[in-house]
Amino acid sequence: MKDTTLAVAGMLMLSAGTLAFRFCGPILRERIAFPPWAARLLEVAAVVLLAALVATTALTEGHGFAGLARPAGVLAGGVLAWRKAPFLVVVLAAAGTTAVLRLLGVP
Amino acid sequence: MFIINSVSSIYRTLDRGVLRDIALACLAVWVIGLSYGAIAVASGFPVWFPAAQSVLVLAGASEFLFIGIVAAGGNPFAAALAGLLVNARHLPYGLALPDVIGRGPGRHRGWRRLLGSHVMNDESVVFALAQEDLPRKRAAYWACGVGVLIAWPGGAVLGALAGSLLRDTGAFGLDATFPAVILALIVPALRDRVTALAAVAGAAIALATTPFLPAGLPMLLALAGVAVLAVRRGAAVPAR
Repeated sequence: MKDTTLAVAGMLMLSAGTLAFRFCGPILRERIAFPPWAARLLEVAAVVLLAALVATTALTEGHGFAGLARPAGVLAGGVLAWRKAPFLVVVLAAAGTTAVLRLLGVP
Repeated sequence: MFIINSVSSIYRTLDRGVLRDIALACLAVWVIGLSYGAIAVASGFPVWFPAAQSVLVLAGASEFLFIGIVAAGGNPFAAALAGLLVNARHLPYGLALPDVIGRGPGRHRGWRRLLGSHVMNDESVVFALAQEDLPRKRAAYWACGVGVLIAWPGGAVLGALAGSLLRDTGAFGLDATFPAVILALIVPALRDRVTALAAVAGAAIALATTPFLPAGLPMLLALAGVAVLAVRRGAAVPAR
């Protein structure tokens, strides 16, 4: 990390903006009625953002491919989540699968 | 005092199964916090940085993204914008939730509202939405929100301290826990066909553009996946 002051300023900007997002939702809800299609759009957009985050953090590292072990672990966790396994099982299965694959020499 | 009253009220309102699930979710958050703290320190940040960020931002995905972009040599303000893009979902969360924050006693109202907003996260929102009536929704929201407020920074600090001793966090597969948790959280939403199609389209766009674009931007482009809604409107949406 090159410049700590700049990084702290970025962190404060992120925290202030995030709190603003969290604060405004409930207040807006009290005052205005959103049409159902707009609420639906916001809801789907949130899931799309999160899915893109899952795909990029599971499969890529920087600008390249992350290797097979991590996405395999995420896939194992995803299958368990789809089958409604408890949260902790999903997390431990993902980490465990990745760790075992790496132990076996899979990148 | 109101915190003590709230805790006993939460205990009376929620049944033990829900409390156990919330505790498990917080434990998972704590484990991811461990990897977050360790990764931040391994990326060259001092221990206090992930500690402060975990309390002030309190939103895991954006914090990982911020750390990742800055560690890769990116501008911290660009990293903050990318993080804000990820956290923009908290606005629709607040719009989608009923009054779970609550009004509380008059004297504490402003603080309660501020703290109640700050503890809004994927987990507290999911648990609130899953309950049947407003008192239970409110109790689940606060129990999970405050639980995450303790678990996330707690994990981050311990991970940061241990991370400077443990060099190879990859050996434990901790890097797989973050995407797995986010995936687990969106799985219920993905059972809806149109949402799943939009999510797959968005993920494909993000993956295809990641090799060429600066971090954060592929996520922005992924929003184009929402266009699936317009294409599929005639077929699937009115059926709901």
